Amino acid sequence: MTASASRARRSPVPSALSAGLRQWAPPLIVFIAVIVAWEIWASGGGFFNPIPTPSAIWSALFEEWALLSSSAMATVIEALGGLLIGTVAGLTVGFLTSRWAIARDVLLPLAIGASTIPIIAVAPILNNWFGVLNPLSKMSMAALLVFFPIVINVTRGLVEVGPAKLELMRSYAADDTTVLRKLRVPHMLPFFFTALKVGTTLAFIGAIVGEFFGGTSNVLGRVVLQAISAGKFDVAWAAILIGATVAILAYVAVTLIERAVIPWYWHIHDTPE
Amino acid sequence: MDQAAAPAVRLAGVEKVFPVKDGEPTVALTGIELEVGQQEFISLIGPSGCGKSTLLRAVGDLIPVTEGTVEVNGKSAHQARLDREYGMVFQAPVLFDWRTVEANVRLPLEVTGYPKGKRDALVAEKLELVELGGFAKHYPHQLSGGMQQRVAIARALALQPSLLLMDEPFGALDEMTRERLNAELLDIWSETQTTVIFVTHSIPEAVFLSSRVVVMSPRPGRIAETIEVDLPYPRSEATREQDRYYELVTEVREAIRGRPESGKDLAARARSDSSFG
Repeated sequence: MTASASRARRSPVPSALSAGLRQWAPPLIVFIAVIVAWEIWASGGGFFNPIPTPSAIWSALFEEWALLSSSAMATVIEALGGLLIGTVAGLTVGFLTSRWAIARDVLLPLAIGASTIPIIAVAPILNNWFGVLNPLSKMSMAALLVFFPIVINVTRGLVEVGPAKLELMRSYAADDTTVLRKLRVPHMLPFFFTALKVGTTLAFIGAIVGEFFGGTSNVLGRVVLQAISAGKFDVAWAAILIGATVAILAYVAVTLIERAVIPWYWHIHDTPE
Repeated sequence: MDQAAAPAVRLAGVEKVFPVKDGEPTVALTGIELEVGQQEFISLIGPSGCGKSTLLRAVGDLIPVTEGTVEVNGKSAHQARLDREYGMVFQAPVLFDWRTVEANVRLPLEVTGYPKGKRDALVAEKLELVELGGFAKHYPHQLSGGMQQRVAIARALALQPSLLLMDEPFGALDEMTRERLNAELLDIWSETQTTVIFVTHSIPEAVFLSSRVVVMSPRPGRIAETIEVDLPYPRSEATREQDRYYELVTEVREAIRGRPESGKDLAARARSDSSFG
């Protein structure tokens, strides 16, 4: 292990494959070890009984595939809908607050203040406003969670560009629109993507929390609750597994978009010193 | 150049006062009278807080003056900025991380709407001028500090400015790099025929580069003395070994410390200024 790693380091052209393997092998090994330990532990009867074994969860996944896949689809639509609404709203407010100092003085303290509210407590109210059966009530929950990190990061990215760069643009007699296009927006993009990645995770949390407070039954949150009350823990775990998988896929998708939109940023962070 | 008749820069009765919250306002500049001829190379030198950067920024219309007139090529500094007569180089390179070297140099051309078809050739030419032709596709973080500053110089030259304003551009570099870039800057200056105002706190640098060294003194910032540097151009590393060069370095150093008014005063000033050596 050590020998192969040091050989790879010495080779003049580092192989992407071996670099990828070095990065991914340790977490993968730990993951497999945990699953194996879980399997052994659960089949022997642990203290969290009844705890289903990974193999039982795996088979529940196939047995209940119709229910689980349709529920996952509904939850994905809620989460992504919420992510979209929250992102668009966050970008809009972020641009407004950065453009007008008055808006910044009024809106930003409100946004920061509002972001400290335990937003989950608002879920029943949103269900009531938008209709408990309407997916919009779950989307608005997700959107609310996504909104604040987007606003705060977009505003920071647009505003905190540094006096020296602004002076440089001033020396070219650049107008505000040009400063926005050539300086503020490119400077803001890494901030935005950081918030968007956080927001993607939050959107799934928001959607599922919204589901817990009532609504249609073919959604992941309800499936988990109903499976547990029926004592079908393997199905509950299978639903959680699916929820985690789709959230991870969404996160990976956002990361790929980020790499495509701001390759220079990744260039800086991937380049070894 | 059309404005050959007008001086490149004319400062008359310039005063700059910064208001201080709950205190006496700071007089950063007072009674500044200075004329800079076309294609001159002028250095502003003095201890920290003498207002040399403030003066440069007033010339570049980055800050307004409180009193007096600032004229560039016969018009107001403000008009000169709108007419894009300046190239500016700051202490930090101030490059945009998200742009490659060539895209950074192209930035002023994009901002000012320079004809698209002619941009690439101009950018390539300026990069050749600073000897970075092979680094066009690199990102700033891949370059050393000295190379980044050369990119900043190429960018400042992209608009073919009649006036180049440089605010301690080599202050953060090591001595060897600084001396090499000094020589390069003189080559660029003779090639581009531009006027340069150069802020520094390095005495050898000021003497080596300039046709005139303007010595400033602090509290309140004013021009203490102007020293003609009668070393012939083109200058080279050999210039740094001439006796006349050493004499001028000494002369500038004495001017910065203040000409002796009394023995006691001199000693006090020498002590307080030693940190600016």
